[in-house]
Parts: sequence; structure tokens; C-alpha cells
Amino acid sequence: MDVTTLAEVTGNIGTVGYGLAAIGPGIGLGILIGKTIEGMARQPEAAGQLRATMFLGVAFVELLALLGIVAGFLFV
Amino acid sequence: MCPLKSGTPDPDPWESPLFTLAAPLTVVASAEGEGGGFHAPSITDFFPPAIFFEGTIFEFNRVMLIRVIMTILLLAIFVIAARRAKLVPGRFQNAIEMILDFVRINIVGEIMGEERGRRYVPMITVIFLTVLTFNISGVIPFMNLAGTALIGLPVMLALWVFVTYWVAGIRKHGFGGYLKANLFPPGVPKPIYVIVAPIELLQILIIRPASLAIRLMANMVAGHIMLVLCFSATSYFLFEAAPALKAFGVLTFAGGFAFTLFELLVAALQAYIFGLLASVYINLSLDEEH
Repeated sequence: MDVTTLAEVTGNIGTVGYGLAAIGPGIGLGILIGKTIEGMARQPEAAGQLRATMFLGVAFVELLALLGIVAGFLFV
Repeated sequence: MCPLKSGTPDPDPWESPLFTLAAPLTVVASAEGEGGGFHAPSITDFFPPAIFFEGTIFEFNRVMLIRVIMTILLLAIFVIAARRAKLVPGRFQNAIEMILDFVRINIVGEIMGEERGRRYVPMITVIFLTVLTFNISGVIPFMNLAGTALIGLPVMLALWVFVTYWVAGIRKHGFGGYLKANLFPPGVPKPIYVIVAPIELLQILIIRPASLAIRLMANMVAGHIMLVLCFSATSYFLFEAAPALKAFGVLTFAGGFAFTLFELLVAALQAYIFGLLASVYINLSLDEEH
């Protein structure tokens, strides 16, 4: 049977994988930063410490997204 | 011609899966297909052709040149600042002292405390400034490539942190004591240790240094790719695309400009995070209770 290709997508499915990998950290960052802002609003004098802790958490959450980038390049 | 197709006719520059992580000095000559089409940025940007010593382990390419220039720049700034140091600081000295104070108070002081941290302030300062300088080269015109975008430099810095927190922990608790404090955190039911101990061992042996290095490198790689994408799209829209599409060039140019500013922020943020995590890891080794 002849198959007629009407449209074609080229590229790598890894790209989609990275998109999926970015969802989780996205949610994580949202919760993390939102909660920090909430904390700052409640207790402005603790803002400095909250911010430092937030960046620590951001570093861990963001790593997941970055692993997605690296894995995309590595396992293509 | 399909406008969104990469013009580089590279067959497959990364046959080995270890191409980025294990071979920072490998040069994959990117075939620069000049003219025509849109050039999508690719990982080959990070492996420019060698300038000299090609084929030896001392191979010297553009990335190395950028690193050397940024090192000289950093040293020059600090030598000048140290030579001219006065009791009443001028504007230049003030700025330098602000950076040093930031590391001492806001990074090390906040995490480790004044007394415990004093010993590690020089190390964290060097790490912070090194990462900051090499990151910033990613947005300096004509360099346009962060010195930290190849895994070699981040790995070296991460290994330094790795050795430091092991040495700090062993000095404080002894080898067995350090392992015991880390692998068997108190307050956990006995059978759970079967799961917790290997995870913690993996954590202190591999995950901490690897995550430090990968975080820095991947951030810089992603930033560079984003900038290249914006500006090569601008060049394509302005000079090659149909007249109706030229307006998009302005849009992508504005995007590129915004991302350049964003990259400046990321450069500083990554330096801050690297220093912060390094002091957190050292502090964890020094804690009495895990």
C-alpha cells in the first residue's frame, strides 16, 4: 500500500523530552518562590535570610531542568 | 529552502555519548556553511577549531583564549586595586570592597557564621570571582562564550569544593566519624539505614560535586544557545528573509538584547549560587549533628 506523506516533522524526540523535563522544575520554582514571597510579606525583616534560602532551593530545583538539557545532548 | 533548517552539513559531530562531559578539549570542527538559510546554534559552537598545538593535549582554542584573557583581566583588576589600596577608599576601591564584603558577609557569614567561616572566606571569594568573571565573558562582545560553558573548568572548581569539604569533615570528626555523621544521621529508625546510608554516600561522593559542575555548565550552555538563537534569527530575518518577515528581525533583536541582560543576571546568580552551595557543603561537614 502506498503511503502518501502529507506533512512531516523532522528533528529529535529529545526536544520534547526536555519540554517534559521542564514541567516539574517549573512547578517547583513556582511553589518555592511564591512561598518565599509570602514569607517576606508576612515578615519583611526576615527577607534577607529567606532570599538566601530561596536561592539554595532554586539551585536544587533548577538542577533538574538543567539535567534535562544535558541528558538531551548526551543521549540523543 | 526550508527557513528553519540548520545550514550546517555536519554528519554527526557527537558520535560518542561522552562528547561533552569527558572531552572539554576536543575540537569538533564545525563546518561553517556560510550564506543562505538560518543557522541554528548547536553544541559544536563550544568546540571551536584549534588555534595552535592542534592534536596535542595542550590544544589551544578560542575558549582557552577567552579563559586566559579573562584571567588576566581579573588579576589585573585586583592587582591594581591592591596596589592603590588606601585607608579612605575611592570609588573603584569601594566597588571592589563591596564585592569582597558581599562574599564575606552575605555568602560565607550567612551560612557558616563569622567565626567558623573565616578560614574559608578566601576560598569562597576565589570561587565566586572566578565563576563570575568566566560567566561574564559570555555576554562580552567578540568573546560571546562563557569560559565556564565547557565542563572542564566547572569540574575543577567542583573538585576543589569536594576535596575541601571532605578534608574539613575528616579533620573535625576523623574519617570514621565523618562517614558515620553523614551516612547514619541520628533519629532515623535502624532498618531505614539500609536505604539512607547508600543514598547519603552517593550524595557526598558524586551528587554534590557533579551537581555543582553540571549546574554551572548547563546554565552557561543554555544561555549561549538562547543568545545565538536570537541574534542569528535577527541576522536571518533582516538580511535574507522576505521583506514581509523583516519586522520579526526587530522583535528577535529586542529579545536578544533582553536575554543579554538576563544572562548578566544569570552570570552573577550562578556565581552566588556556586559560592553559597560550596559554603553549605563545607558547613554540613563541620556540623556536629547532621
